[in-house]
Amino acid sequence: MKTCLVVDDSRVIRKVARRILEELDFEVVEAVDGQDALDACDRDMPDAVLLDWNMPVMDGLEFMKRLRAQEGVEQPIVVFCTTENDMAHIRTAIEAGANEYIMKPFDREIIEAKFVQVGLI
Amino acid sequence: MRSEDFKFISQLLHDRSGLMLTEDKVYLLESRLTPLARKRGLDGLESLIQKLKLSRDTALTNDIVEAMTTNESFFFRDNTPFDLFKQYVLPAMEKGRGSGKRLRIWCAAASTGQEPYSLAIILREAWHKWRDWNIEIIGTDLSSQVLDKAVEGVYSQFEVQRGLPIQMLIKYFQQEGDVWRLNNDIRSMVKFRKFNLLDNFAGLGKFDVIFCRNVLIYFDQPTKSGVLNRMRKTLSDDGALFLGAAETVLGITDQFKPVTGQRGLYVPTGGKSEELMGLNG
Ligand SMILES: C[S@@+](CC[C@H](N)C(=O)[O-])C[C@H]1O[C@@H](n2cnc3c(N)ncnc32)[C@H](O)[C@@H]1O
Repeated sequence: MKTCLVVDDSRVIRKVARRILEELDFEVVEAVDGQDALDACDRDMPDAVLLDWNMPVMDGLEFMKRLRAQEGVEQPIVVFCTTENDMAHIRTAIEAGANEYIMKPFDREIIEAKFVQVGLI
Repeated sequence: MRSEDFKFISQLLHDRSGLMLTEDKVYLLESRLTPLARKRGLDGLESLIQKLKLSRDTALTNDIVEAMTTNESFFFRDNTPFDLFKQYVLPAMEKGRGSGKRLRIWCAAASTGQEPYSLAIILREAWHKWRDWNIEIIGTDLSSQVLDKAVEGVYSQFEVQRGLPIQMLIKYFQQEGDVWRLNNDIRSMVKFRKFNLLDNFAGLGKFDVIFCRNVLIYFDQPTKSGVLNRMRKTLSDDGALFLGAAETVLGITDQFKPVTGQRGLYVPTGGKSEELMGLNG
């Protein structure tokens, strides 16, 4: 079973994402901000990260930059999932190493389609 | 709904579009045609049918037929057919058509355009190979409403997230507020035209590749056979045909055969397509 780390400061969003991902056969771990997500990755590197952008303490982009800077670790596939839905943000995220990008609102179909595209499903 | 009315309307739909409506789909008639009736100042489906029975109103008939079509589509739908197109069909065409450098592709139920545009994007991604080719991608559909949208090439945030890789969005779309507009270099590769699959194909010319996906499922057996047999005549002997995931040629026509192990891909029986694609044996 593949693991997916869901990083979002909204408990509601984490819950919705968890339900969808579990239906898609993922084991889900949650983190509430970028720092919490880094700690989770230190403990156990997931196969995938579903990543919000705007969060307190450390935002999603900063988390991903630090993650991508780590050497000698198996890098997870990172899929942004955010209300930042303009081209400038999308470009920034992809150039910084994101594999895919979901513009909120999302549903099961979009998550599934994107996860298929990056080869997670 | 009276069964006499159901017979009348389902016969009409069958004659005009091939759509096979069984009695368990009465709710579809209600939900899709009631708004149309109201728009015309009628009080519901029953009055709409009475009006049709009294006079042949071509515009109204067209609206009804269009309202009953299912137009759902998305970019790179099901992925596999597009992978096969890229991996086997295009190289075969490069080999087989190398001297004439001409390629004609038909999306026979193009709906809102995602399917032909996905093919255009695939070609564009290998433009160094194709730039000096004469490539035509023709998208047809019986519904003018979906074709208008296809021609415009403007999609909602939801639509661009179903199947379109983010890299392709960045590369080939412009954001305009809430919506995304396809760039002209892709848009200009596809020509759209209104066409009913029940009509004569003669005016369309010959094609090298046909995508006819997720439309035959709505037809009855004889209509499916008719369409496929006529498609065989418009497809070159070494061409390729793609059907939807729930569609097949088996038991419907012997003019095409499935390519073993390659889902959704069919070739003319007795032709050389598989050899050209390097897929035999
Ligand atoms: C579900 S869409 C398929 C779109 C696309 N091929 C795909 O697979 O995503 C089916 C389309 O077939 C069109 N259609 C239905 N009957 C037709 C007919 N007799 N001739 C031409 N188009 C037809 C409908 O208008 C609709 O847009």
